[in-house]
Amino acid sequence: MTEAPPSESRFSLPDDMRQAIIAHARRDAPRECCGIIAGRAGLPVRLHPTTNIAEGNALYEIDPAELIDLEFHTMPAQETELVAIYHSHPVSPAVPSATDIALAFWPDAVYIICSLADSEQPVVRGFHIRDGAVSEVDLTS
Amino acid sequence: MPESDAVNVLVPTPLRSFTGGEGRVVVPGGTVAEVFDALEARYPGIGERLRDDSGQIRRFVNVFVNGRNVREIDGAATTLSPGDELGIIPAMAGGTPA
Ligand SMILES: [Zn+2]
Repeated sequence: MTEAPPSESRFSLPDDMRQAIIAHARRDAPRECCGIIAGRAGLPVRLHPTTNIAEGNALYEIDPAELIDLEFHTMPAQETELVAIYHSHPVSPAVPSATDIALAFWPDAVYIICSLADSEQPVVRGFHIRDGAVSEVDLTS
Repeated sequence: MPESDAVNVLVPTPLRSFTGGEGRVVVPGGTVAEVFDALEARYPGIGERLRDDSGQIRRFVNVFVNGRNVREIDGAATTLSPGDELGIIPAMAGGTPA
């Protein structure tokens, strides 16, 4: 039996990372949280929580100084590359907003959104956002 | 051939399609704007991703020189010294409708 080929529409998100994202979202609410996942060959290796420098509770922008460090120093040193970007929606559903789509400059990354709209049942979903087009990426554990 | 005013440019993954996959390139330039001109001359199309029509660094592109955000210095007019490290990073950002 042959293994299914790696699918672009699937992303393996280990449960500990999923829980870490939910915990980060809860910790930072009512502000949006954000971070990245570094990996190899599209598979997650390490979650890096980052600082949200955006003002207010309805925006996120990862501190660019942290990104410079991650993209050009930390990840190359660990022989990883960016595989996913995550952020939270404290009160709205886990789907990309118009702003999320307009500001998606990393077409190779899976954009992971954690919604706390139902505080008892956080929802975590993944998407590719490319040239304004959104397609869901199934998150498997 | 090394140029006397050459700076090291760190190219982020989304822009490496312009540089043939290179994450680090060396180009001449005494200011950030001159480095962007040199990048555009060598890698046509990359300049439009870095600057808006008025020549300013795009709002959602950040440029760091030796670890400092050039927005806190002189923006595109920030002067550079030979051997400086200029890092380019597109934003990771978004928002929820109010
Ligand atoms: Zn969002």
